[in-house]
Amino acid sequence: MQALLVVAVAPLLVGLMRQIRARLEGRAGAGVAQPWRDLRKLLRKERIAPRGTSEVFRAAPLVLVATTLVVAVVAPFVTTASAIDPVADLFAVVALLALGTVALALAGLDTGTAFGGMGASREMTIIALVEPTMLVAIVALSVRAGSTNLATIVSSTLHDPARLVSPASLLAAAALVVVIVAETGRLPVDNPSTHLELSMVHEAMVLEYAGPDLALIELASAMRLTVFLGLLANLFLPWGIATTATPLALLLGVLALLVKIALLGAVLAAGEVFLAKLRLFRVPELLAGSFVLALLAVAASFFLA
Amino acid sequence: MNLAATGLVVAAALGGLSAVVALVVPTRPRPVLVGLGTAASGAAAVTAGVAATGGQSFAVSLPELLPLFGVSLELDALGGLFVAVTGGVAVVAGIFGMSYSRHGIGGRSVQSVFPLFVVVMLLVPVAASVGTFLVCWELMALTSLLLVAAEHRQRPEVASAVRWYAVMTHLGLVSVLFGLLVFAARAGGDSFDALRRADLSPGVAGVVFVLTLLGFASKAGILPLHAWLPRAHPEAPSHVSALMSAAMVNLGVYGIARVGGDLLGGGPAWWWLLVLGLGAVSAVYGILQAAMSADLKRLLGYSTTENMGLVLVGLGAAGLFASSGQRVLAGLALAAALLHVINHASFKSLLFLAAGSVLHGTGTRDLDALGGLRRGMPVTTAAFGVGALAASALPPGTAFVSEWLLLQALVHGVAVPGLATAIVMPVAVAVVALTAGLAVATFVKAFGVGFLAKPRSAGAQQATESPATMLVGMAFAGAACVVLALEPAMVLPALARVGGVVFGSLESAVGGEVTLRLEGVAGVLSPLLLALALLAAVVVTVAAVRAPGVRAARREARLWDCGGGPMSARMEYTATSFAEPLQRVFDDVVQPELDVDVDHHEESAYLVRAVEYRRRVADRVERRLYEPVLAVAWRWGEAGRGLANGSVHRYLGYGFYTLCGLLIVLVVLR
Repeated sequence: MQALLVVAVAPLLVGLMRQIRARLEGRAGAGVAQPWRDLRKLLRKERIAPRGTSEVFRAAPLVLVATTLVVAVVAPFVTTASAIDPVADLFAVVALLALGTVALALAGLDTGTAFGGMGASREMTIIALVEPTMLVAIVALSVRAGSTNLATIVSSTLHDPARLVSPASLLAAAALVVVIVAETGRLPVDNPSTHLELSMVHEAMVLEYAGPDLALIELASAMRLTVFLGLLANLFLPWGIATTATPLALLLGVLALLVKIALLGAVLAAGEVFLAKLRLFRVPELLAGSFVLALLAVAASFFLA
Repeated sequence: MNLAATGLVVAAALGGLSAVVALVVPTRPRPVLVGLGTAASGAAAVTAGVAATGGQSFAVSLPELLPLFGVSLELDALGGLFVAVTGGVAVVAGIFGMSYSRHGIGGRSVQSVFPLFVVVMLLVPVAASVGTFLVCWELMALTSLLLVAAEHRQRPEVASAVRWYAVMTHLGLVSVLFGLLVFAARAGGDSFDALRRADLSPGVAGVVFVLTLLGFASKAGILPLHAWLPRAHPEAPSHVSALMSAAMVNLGVYGIARVGGDLLGGGPAWWWLLVLGLGAVSAVYGILQAAMSADLKRLLGYSTTENMGLVLVGLGAAGLFASSGQRVLAGLALAAALLHVINHASFKSLLFLAAGSVLHGTGTRDLDALGGLRRGMPVTTAAFGVGALAASALPPGTAFVSEWLLLQALVHGVAVPGLATAIVMPVAVAVVALTAGLAVATFVKAFGVGFLAKPRSAGAQQATESPATMLVGMAFAGAACVVLALEPAMVLPALARVGGVVFGSLESAVGGEVTLRLEGVAGVLSPLLLALALLAAVVVTVAAVRAPGVRAARREARLWDCGGGPMSARMEYTATSFAEPLQRVFDDVVQPELDVDVDHHEESAYLVRAVEYRRRVADRVERRLYEPVLAVAWRWGEAGRGLANGSVHRYLGYGFYTLCGLLIVLVVLR
């Protein structure tokens, strides 16, 4: 159910963010439902097999969607009771999302074009640098809860909300925001609306996709954004999440999740209006900064405990 | 005789028999017979090792076999684990080697040394006295040296690699020798039992530990004593590389666990902080060099340094926890380290065999000249893909499980009271994470550039699949990878027993059948459920895409080439260009040498005729540490040359003066 919700909401979130950007930039915008209309159109188009590509190229969109779906199923978005609890580990979730990225990078390399290789190379550089920050921030979060299980972290925060304003938690949140911006390919790390070869990362890898395959990739990247924002929301602002399985609590959980994701998306979109894309080789500096924040968070959780 | 004893004796006998067979049979059936014999010997060793980790033990003493100290062997759970891993690698390497016999590898000497190498590797973890251990250790070095030298007639680099390996392995031996001799002298006996009972002062124990650690670390390819590894492993024939990289390096870890944990009985925290620190530095440096490398086997060699580094991080953390009385966490960290040893053996043998198959099919191991192998070599491509997934610590791969356990141990270690753990553990987590991230980039490069896309050379264009036995060898290794990835709970009870040998009475750290459930601390993970969930999600996605209204047929289309006509393979990204952003990011660490030559037209300095770009990523540790030492040795040699001018009179004179000098010293001192 959670997965269906994420699938349904993800394109709307992207539409909302585009709409907010458009309004702030003085344009009318295409409407919140435009990504869904795009997907419908792409799905009806003919499938294309670029010459010289292999099964890796064809399987990559499926893997990308599947990894995100699994995360959407297991992570505590609406309720703290995970569908498959033994998979709802923060490390496993991070690794699953990385697996999707790897599939896409291999597909980019598989095309044998300069663009594909370029995108894959840049994406892999970014992911290699994102990983330490991500995991150290996870450590900062899990030290308090005594576990890296997502549901446990979320419920322990619910029981002890005072922790949220502790320096450790705030620093970890700041570090995670930077990491999520990098992982989902938003400004200032990557510009999702660019097709300029000097600056594209994600778009370069998916340049050869068309029709239903492209629809899957678009859907998956929207879902990844939703999943990351949902995780961020529930790790640091868990209120409203259902702790029991009653319909009322679940409904409240869904509503709370929608509001939180929409708010975070709006803030992200509004922030993007004021940002320019960083040079690729300045990105590591940004990520190193977020790594230091994460390390400080762990130190704070130990020394200020 | 129990199963452990029978298995071990059969393994040794089969290995010895194969060596003799290799000497007497003609060239044609030789590789097949030796390969079969080695594989059978390995299989027997696996049986023995599994039986030993299951609780059986076996001890034998043969005082007449060697003069002075005799031979004494004892197989316990710790030794059994390493016997089983070595045996497993021997099985796949033996099967692979049956049809891998070009370039003089099929010769009598190489073929007879190969099974002997396996047998001495099996005997090292079984040795139960200092004398036996050192003899086996040295025989292991000598036999592997002969195997590395197998192709020295074909390629001049082999000779250089052999020299490096010979010198470094013997320096390591000297270090271990001194350490163990000091230990045995203080203990008053050279059997491991006597060593266990010995009561050493902390200073002596520290000296013994550091000396043996140096030797064992150099065998495991740990920084800064790794210089031989990325030279020797690539130059050996590929099935020998697999044996060295997946089985031999493990014995360095075995040595540290045996001497530091079992014989010296734990020891203070600084020992294990040292181990952890060495491991962390090796892990990051190894994978960084692997990420820069464009030579497939060199990349795999550096990845061995990385993985052994991760194992030492786990071992060091285990020792640290044990020294502060955290038995549960110590058990967890040790289980993670040992599971990583097993996992690394399975995926590294698979990767090296696949690299050997690529070398067989294309004649090159330069990633910049490979590409497009999936058409000519589909099985090898699939095998390397499985191995790369396993090595890059992503689910559902093998390394993911052991790195997850390692991270759990480190994360829970943060909460352990004590300043050292509070500082070390988060940094260790960051190191493991950075290593994992870089490993992903490295193996995406190796697989994506080497096997996908368009062929970059004629050799890659005409690649054909390798003979069936090579594929069977890879299939076995691949199956081991898959099983270990999905059902690691199978080996974990055995690891708990091994942990008991190393740090004494550790609680079982991980339980559960399908789901790994950490005991004593919170943490659950089910690799099998994760893989199933992933599979289910793929099926759902496929079903959704195949829904009515979506066209199923695919139309072939041109790649986007900016309208510039068909793209050639020269326009592709290569391994070097793939790693360029990473190289820039870590510029200060790797310090690459760049050389750009711009050639101008005569008419104008603004018109460029040709640009030549060369990049070489040298090993920085090597340049800073080894080159000065080598330079001093060289100068010493130069100075010595003046003394030795070939005159016999002079040499007799030297002897005379030395003798007189010694006598004078004696007179003065007495």
